[in-house]
Amino acid sequence: MAENSSEMHSSGPIVSRREALQATAGAVALAALPLQPAAATSSPAGVSSDIAVAMTVNGRAHTLIVDPRQSILDVLRETLDLPGTKKGCNQGACGACTILVDGKRIVSCLTLASMHDGADIQTIEGLENDGELHPLQAAFVEHEGLQCGFCTSGQIMSGLGCIAEGHVGSPEEIQFWMSGNICRCGAYPGIIAAVADVAERS
Amino acid sequence: MKMNVIGKPLTRVDGRSKVTGKARYAADFNQPGQLYAVLVSATVGLGRLTGIESADVEGMSGVVALITHRNAPKLAYLPHKAVIDPAVGERLHVLQDDSVRFYGQPVAIIVADSIDHAERAAAAMRITYDARQPIVDHADQQVARIVPGTGTADRSRGDADAAVAEAAVKVDEVYDIARENHNPMEPHATIAAWHGDRLTLWSKSQFLMNEQAEIAAVFGLPVDNVEVICPFIGGAFGTSLRTWPHVTLAALAARHVGRPVKLVLTRKQMFFTTGHRPRSLQRVALGATPDGKITGVIHEGTGETSRYEQFTEALTAVTDYLYSCPNVRTQYRLAQLDTATPNHMRGPGEASGIFALESAVDELSYKLGVDPIELRRRNEPQIDEAENKPFSSRSLIQCYGLGAERFGWVRRTPEPRSMRDGRLLIGMGTATATYPAFHAPSSARVRLLADGTAEVEAAASDMGPGTYTSMTQVAAEFLGLQPEQVRFGLGTTDYPPTPSHGGSWTMASVGSAIRAACLEVQSQATRQAIADAGSPVFEASMEALEWVDGRLRRRGDASPGLSYQDILAKTGNPIEVDGSAQRDPETAEKYSMHSFGAVFAEVSVDPDVGTIRVRRLVGAYGIGRVVNPLLARSQCTGGMIGGIGMALMERTVLDVRDGRPVNAHMADYLMPVNLDTPKLEALFVDEVDPHVNPLGVKGLGEIALVGTAPAIANAVFHATGKRVRTLPIKIEDVLTA
Repeated sequence: MAENSSEMHSSGPIVSRREALQATAGAVALAALPLQPAAATSSPAGVSSDIAVAMTVNGRAHTLIVDPRQSILDVLRETLDLPGTKKGCNQGACGACTILVDGKRIVSCLTLASMHDGADIQTIEGLENDGELHPLQAAFVEHEGLQCGFCTSGQIMSGLGCIAEGHVGSPEEIQFWMSGNICRCGAYPGIIAAVADVAERS
Repeated sequence: MKMNVIGKPLTRVDGRSKVTGKARYAADFNQPGQLYAVLVSATVGLGRLTGIESADVEGMSGVVALITHRNAPKLAYLPHKAVIDPAVGERLHVLQDDSVRFYGQPVAIIVADSIDHAERAAAAMRITYDARQPIVDHADQQVARIVPGTGTADRSRGDADAAVAEAAVKVDEVYDIARENHNPMEPHATIAAWHGDRLTLWSKSQFLMNEQAEIAAVFGLPVDNVEVICPFIGGAFGTSLRTWPHVTLAALAARHVGRPVKLVLTRKQMFFTTGHRPRSLQRVALGATPDGKITGVIHEGTGETSRYEQFTEALTAVTDYLYSCPNVRTQYRLAQLDTATPNHMRGPGEASGIFALESAVDELSYKLGVDPIELRRRNEPQIDEAENKPFSSRSLIQCYGLGAERFGWVRRTPEPRSMRDGRLLIGMGTATATYPAFHAPSSARVRLLADGTAEVEAAASDMGPGTYTSMTQVAAEFLGLQPEQVRFGLGTTDYPPTPSHGGSWTMASVGSAIRAACLEVQSQATRQAIADAGSPVFEASMEALEWVDGRLRRRGDASPGLSYQDILAKTGNPIEVDGSAQRDPETAEKYSMHSFGAVFAEVSVDPDVGTIRVRRLVGAYGIGRVVNPLLARSQCTGGMIGGIGMALMERTVLDVRDGRPVNAHMADYLMPVNLDTPKLEALFVDEVDPHVNPLGVKGLGEIALVGTAPAIANAVFHATGKRVRTLPIKIEDVLTA
């Protein structure tokens, strides 16, 4: 929500939802802009041409020829057959497509694949280790941090980012830093509990 | 009845697939050779298409086809009406003519080799229209308010108008609830693939059997030629109950290009053609004696619908049975607008109607100087006075007792603006929640395998409540197995038919069918054991035997008895049973069946800038048997969060000039985020209802949302002294106090 909810729970800092959204996924996405554009394979005047991009996805190296306007999200889902990352709004407003790029959480729908030559990408499909769930995956099941499951990949990836950033000092802080990921089923209490649980243990 | 598995807080059996990204939703079923379709939506609210500039678009990179009404095939559109379709009117026929009935109506399909190519071509489309002025404002005086053609719009007992007019204490107010969109996280999506005249749809649907039947009717195919697959739904809240135009368009496009086609609606398009909670305008008038006995109730409501279908919902239904009162009159009308047809959204009708009624009852409590809970106690009916039938169970007063204690209602000081936390105004409010306990005929298949495990199948859905898990528990319970020994499958029309996944009736309907099938499986296993000369129960009578924890033995016998494996070892064949269940018509005739609950809200309001925060919500519910308390609590608190959205955030705003939803975006259509989540508690009273269905379950998906918005609005009044009768409640509403 937003304008009519500008105050945090009890003792937290004063922030709006818009600020919260910007402070989480959006700001990190901007920060992840590379300084050098990826090399174009060919560039006839006025026509966009496909571009070669090298990226590591879940530990596996790929060299891909991408349309320069393709988002990482579409490349993951449609080219690399990794549909675990979800497209909820394609406008950077819901967080369902959150992934880790070089360890930082971004909304992959607002990020062009061509901007991430050399990037190390982690998606939900890469979290299991030898068939063992990552502790945060297990915690989402244990704490009922999901219902329909559609936002879950993004919530978990965002939760990993949230923990890595150290934004887990209190349930309220977790709520703030997880507010870029909408859960329409309203499984927020379980999401908070899962992130807090793993943060405490790590 | 002693339960071993039902009632246990099992974590989700499909949890692992959801947290690993392996759960596959409609758009995740990419097919070999698949192309991508993107819809072009009308940019006028009413009129005719006059021109389509297609030459440039068809030559764009990757574009395979452009389909408009000019080259689309004439579709059969055979008569088809499911329970979920409006009784009056005819569905939108897509790409069959040049008319535009509402803003955002699909007018063309682009098919291309990638999403980007299709989107780019769609954006380049130039379409001209002969546009007329649509009427989309429900409150517009020139809008005709019609009596719904369904014949059940109005009810009356006694003389409500006279009773209210003569009453010593009165409330007579109007309420306005904004249009809302479901906005599930998963956009509508369909992948269509033809093999000759057989069609497979991987499609987001809460009602697979209807999607199959409807698409068969639209294309003039035998029903069996259409298969619908949907193992996971990324939230729906009602939007996927009907089969909307994009499903037809995906199938049409796939046939046109001769390849599988994937069509996913954009978030913006989710505001156009896939239903919405209609804006409602209501009047509630209450009359009461000075000691708080309600003597008259009038509830008049108007919903909205399209010009081509009459969507109706139970806007005034709860008013008929919620309070004891001899004089009650309810009336329901429809405003016909130039919009797409609305549809059911979580707690349809009830959630909107109860906001008006429970706001009015709260207002009456202040006029009387009676505590709101006490006022409800004084007007609690003994029977359903509209139907003149007993309730199958009604635990409303127990819910108020349990909820009030947990919430700390005694700490509330009655006077508005009397409670503060620092400089913040604090308000406490309460309201009743209720929803019918429906039950529709359903079937299910149970296959007991020789290894002693079971497979259970039904063409049901799981949009998030945990159908996979709870049905597994039901089957395990009635077979006497552990949940790990049961594999439950849903989400394909190849499985036995079930009703829609909505109306809070999935457990009642599908669960009862599974139970019936399990009991028959067990009975057949018993007969096999009795017929087996080598068995210790050979030639025993059925009555002399009993099943205990999945083992068959003679009554009173202390031996371990026979397992399913022991019994099936004789033949090595599985036992397969198709079971079905429906509500006994005699019981249905005899009882009024509803869930009830009491919702408590605490809000804080900044007195200077009017910001409202929900600080706590407690909901206490009487919903019969709770199959899985972990999932049930989660579903309830999720529903409460939806109620926060309804109370304080959600509103689809239409531009009255052309009917365009101006906030068709997930950042502009406000909905609760993590930071908006207050302390939430869902409690269940111990309620045994032997009448509703053999499982004794009443459902909770809808009631979880119903009642939250009025509880919050009543708390806002308590905090501020400002009675807000429009939803969502906005800052300016409380600033003008």
